[in-house]
Amino acid sequence: MNQNTPIEKPKVSIFDPWLWKMAWRDSRTHRGRLMLFMSSIVLGIAALVAISSFGESLENAIDDQAKSLLGADLEIRTRNPFTETQIALFDSLGGEQARETSFGSMAYFTSNAQTRLVQVRALEGRYPFYGEIETTPAAAIEEFHTSGGALVDQGLMLQYQLTIGDSIRLGEKSFAIRGKLDKVPGAAGAGMVVAPRVYIPFADLESTGLIRFGSRVFYRKYFKFADNSGTEALAERLEKEYREERLRAVTSEERRESFGEAMGNLYRFLNLVAFIALLLGSIGVASAIHVYVKQKLSTIAVLRCVGCSIRQTFYIYLIQAAAMGIIGSIVGAILGVAIELYLPAVLKDFLVFDVEFTISFSAILKGLLLGLGITLLFALLPLIAIRKISPLLAIRASFESTDDGEEIDTLRWSLYGLIALVITLFAINQMEHWTQGILFALGLAVAFGLLAGLAKLLMYAIKRFFPRSWGYIWRQSLANLYRPNNQTLVLMLSLGLGTLLISNLFLTQENLLEQVNATDSNNQPNLILFDIQEDQREAITELITEQDMPVLQTVPIVTLRLQDIKERAVAEIRDDTTSDIPDWALMREYRVTYRDSLHDTEEVIRGEWVPEVDPMADTIAVSLEEGIARNLTVDVGDVLTIDVQGVPFITKITSIRKVDWQRVQPNFFMVFPKGIMEEAPQIHVLVTRASNPEKSAQLQRAVVESFPNVSAIDLGLVLKTVESILDKISFVIRFMAMFSIFTGITVLAAAVITTRFQRIQESVLLRTLGARRQQVSRIIALEYVYLGGLAGLTGILLSLASAWAISVFAFRIDFQVSLLPILAIWIGVVLLTLLLGMLNSRGIATRPPLEILRTEA
Amino acid sequence: MSSILKVESLSKVYRSGERDLTVLNDVSFDIEEGRSCAIVGPSGSGKTTLLGLCAGLDRSSSGRVILNGVDLKEMDEDARSHVRNQYVGFVFQNFQLIPTLTALENVMVPMELRGVRNIHNRAEELLRRVGLGDRLDHYPIQLSGGEQQRVSLARAFINEPKILFADEPTGNLDTETSEKISSLIFELNRDAGTTLVLVTHDMDLARQTERIIRLKGGKVVNDDFQTNPVLQEAK
Repeated sequence: MNQNTPIEKPKVSIFDPWLWKMAWRDSRTHRGRLMLFMSSIVLGIAALVAISSFGESLENAIDDQAKSLLGADLEIRTRNPFTETQIALFDSLGGEQARETSFGSMAYFTSNAQTRLVQVRALEGRYPFYGEIETTPAAAIEEFHTSGGALVDQGLMLQYQLTIGDSIRLGEKSFAIRGKLDKVPGAAGAGMVVAPRVYIPFADLESTGLIRFGSRVFYRKYFKFADNSGTEALAERLEKEYREERLRAVTSEERRESFGEAMGNLYRFLNLVAFIALLLGSIGVASAIHVYVKQKLSTIAVLRCVGCSIRQTFYIYLIQAAAMGIIGSIVGAILGVAIELYLPAVLKDFLVFDVEFTISFSAILKGLLLGLGITLLFALLPLIAIRKISPLLAIRASFESTDDGEEIDTLRWSLYGLIALVITLFAINQMEHWTQGILFALGLAVAFGLLAGLAKLLMYAIKRFFPRSWGYIWRQSLANLYRPNNQTLVLMLSLGLGTLLISNLFLTQENLLEQVNATDSNNQPNLILFDIQEDQREAITELITEQDMPVLQTVPIVTLRLQDIKERAVAEIRDDTTSDIPDWALMREYRVTYRDSLHDTEEVIRGEWVPEVDPMADTIAVSLEEGIARNLTVDVGDVLTIDVQGVPFITKITSIRKVDWQRVQPNFFMVFPKGIMEEAPQIHVLVTRASNPEKSAQLQRAVVESFPNVSAIDLGLVLKTVESILDKISFVIRFMAMFSIFTGITVLAAAVITTRFQRIQESVLLRTLGARRQQVSRIIALEYVYLGGLAGLTGILLSLASAWAISVFAFRIDFQVSLLPILAIWIGVVLLTLLLGMLNSRGIATRPPLEILRTEA
Repeated sequence: MSSILKVESLSKVYRSGERDLTVLNDVSFDIEEGRSCAIVGPSGSGKTTLLGLCAGLDRSSSGRVILNGVDLKEMDEDARSHVRNQYVGFVFQNFQLIPTLTALENVMVPMELRGVRNIHNRAEELLRRVGLGDRLDHYPIQLSGGEQQRVSLARAFINEPKILFADEPTGNLDTETSEKISSLIFELNRDAGTTLVLVTHDMDLARQTERIIRLKGGKVVNDDFQTNPVLQEAK
């Protein structure tokens, strides 16, 4: 060959069968390990497939059962009794009709003399027209329609040990319990916790005597039309016509849309949590492949020596990673379908109907593509290092590079960019708005960055302040965290994130409950009696005093509506599409009070508090809570026209208050000074404190017996309700967090097994040098204790910071930490890491060195 | 006879911390086709570095290597790989078999890389030739050191290389096995007419070649063409 003869390089294609054969051959003896790497992504894919597939089933269910969400074609509701004209109009509409009046009231259970605030629903007609109210016994609903009685929420019956046939008293009338309410169309389990329902016949409503002045009542009318095509237009027309009466007309389509939106949010949230698990798994895969490639250095060098090109060598390992991604995704998809079966049980408290199990092939395909794509992207990071492996390694175990300094690896940085882009695009696809997607991606980057940064800081601190005076075993195991090919950082990341999620959830839940609990101290009010009529006030005050309890506050309540804001009519503002004022703030019935002083839950932040005004004044001073002022876009000096039982008043905002809403006592959006509202029709709230739950129950019983229209809410009930809702929410979050935690565990297992041979060599060397088995075992065990300890500490420190931020900024409550449970979480993480580590290292310290080397080499 | 390997003013400098370390300094020599040559010298004299550069496993700091008429310095890494696959065979001190491949598969790899598929018979024949006809499907870990080196020899000769580079081929073997392996190397080399470049500490082995190049401190201190009794006898 001539010196100038050009050498033609053969063309390389990834589809060259030899490359696939070589990838298969090269994977021999490592397949178990490759499967373990693959398992890191299985759970993430499983979660994504399960949730996407479930989301699709949910969408189908919403479409199929859209009408049963509302139970009718049209629902008309208002806070005021229907007028004669309205009733005449409804009658003219034809179709099947039903009506319902609902309100909160105390129920008195005769069998055990207990009381509880419930939601009374007085029903007339065969509502629901679509779907059905399910009861136990099943015939109870029919009996209820024909013979009356009451249908009681199943949770309530369980809690108060009520049985069918027991008597429940509502106001002045007792009802026999006909059956237990198992399922009501359109009502979710979580909603029932706040206000358990009791259905009574509409005909009996009057005789309860519960609806009085000031009662918060919803009046509903349901329609089923033979021809549903004009319902949308009818709803629009009715709302427009009865705008002043604040009448709402909801069609089944509108309900379907709003419900679909709410479910969409839930679905998106769950999907994002699943995606985090997949990312964690992918980071685990990248880390495992990094070590795998390092262990393959000599094979790669030999292949290069005998003429394998850089690209061919790279493809051999890329094929292995792709195969791993495909198998992992397939296994994940199968597992996902299995998990989907379990999802309705997890989300039962948030679903209002049965979701039929269907396998969504598009969800599976999406999961497979995403799994393969993400695995390959993350696997490429360590794989591109193959480009730089010199064939010289075949003749020299180590050689020094002649490169002058580190050059910027554009391919590596392009990969980082591509990963960031894919994550951001996925997040944008999941979110309603692209900015949310970018924020999620940024948040994720910050969270991972903080975890990695803190983990690195801890590791640096240990290295910097290495405890040289410690005994050999302690030092050796600590030093092992820095051994070549260590995966300390990635383990701290995955285990740390799992700990962060669990610990944060716990801390936030604790703080919310603690906030409610804290009210039980320092003579704070813990029992509120409301809906007290003017003529009942004195008698109830007396009753409280008789029970040796203090009347801490007597609060008069006047109801009013907004008429004009800054001299613009509310109707005009509602028509203005550029207005940012939410409809609820414009339309609501405001419950306000009047007094001459501020409470300790309030603080004037702008303007000046006016204690009293002249009854003859033209303009009345009013103090607004800062949140509602923001919603109404008003401030000190602005004028509001209010409508008090049909009488208009002009008011001027004189102060803006900051209110601590967390306390169990009545707080108000609007507070008037003394001197003007005294003559307005009003009801009262009495606030007291019961020294123990028995006393509280005793007073509630006494009040319900003598004043059945008066309702009571006590701290115990609030606490139980909050606890129960938090439990339901945190169950779902915990379920999702489990994917991250188990992913962390598989990453840990993969990491331990990947470095197993290295550990064996160290162990053999130590034993050859005279270390006892016990000493070797202790070194291995301590290494896992350090690892679990550091990962747990990283997660807990970050969870403290994030729970603090959530408490202070999102819930605006004081942040407190109970150390014992946090310590328990930490110990749990350490023990789990230790257990997994020791399980995977078993046999290393006990078998003869030579035997291990022969079998493992 | 034309030259198969031409080394011209070859130098290699490694950067070690703040200072440069010259491992090879202005080395030049030619090796004619079909000849055998040993590179000897004490540890750290630059033998292995020289072998690596001659085989195109690394780039020189200055000077050039012309292998079978091709200047390796002008080529990128993949082109050098291709040259190795076409013209070069390797035998390593620590055998360097791919642990996940059987003996037969290890031998087939260089030809498979060329795109030649039905190479099974030829690989089997070579393994029989080195005395491993009954160990075709054994993995490296199931073979002794001597057996592994035999597989390595079969692999080195499967692509009928023009030049064989052997890096301490007997360095990890006992005396008896060493003798067997060295005989096999020379035998295969002679039969195939391959040029042999051997790096070794073992002077007995070196003396069996036609030429001994001595390195010290990265420089050629002696280039000795000898009349080798063993080779004469074989001829």
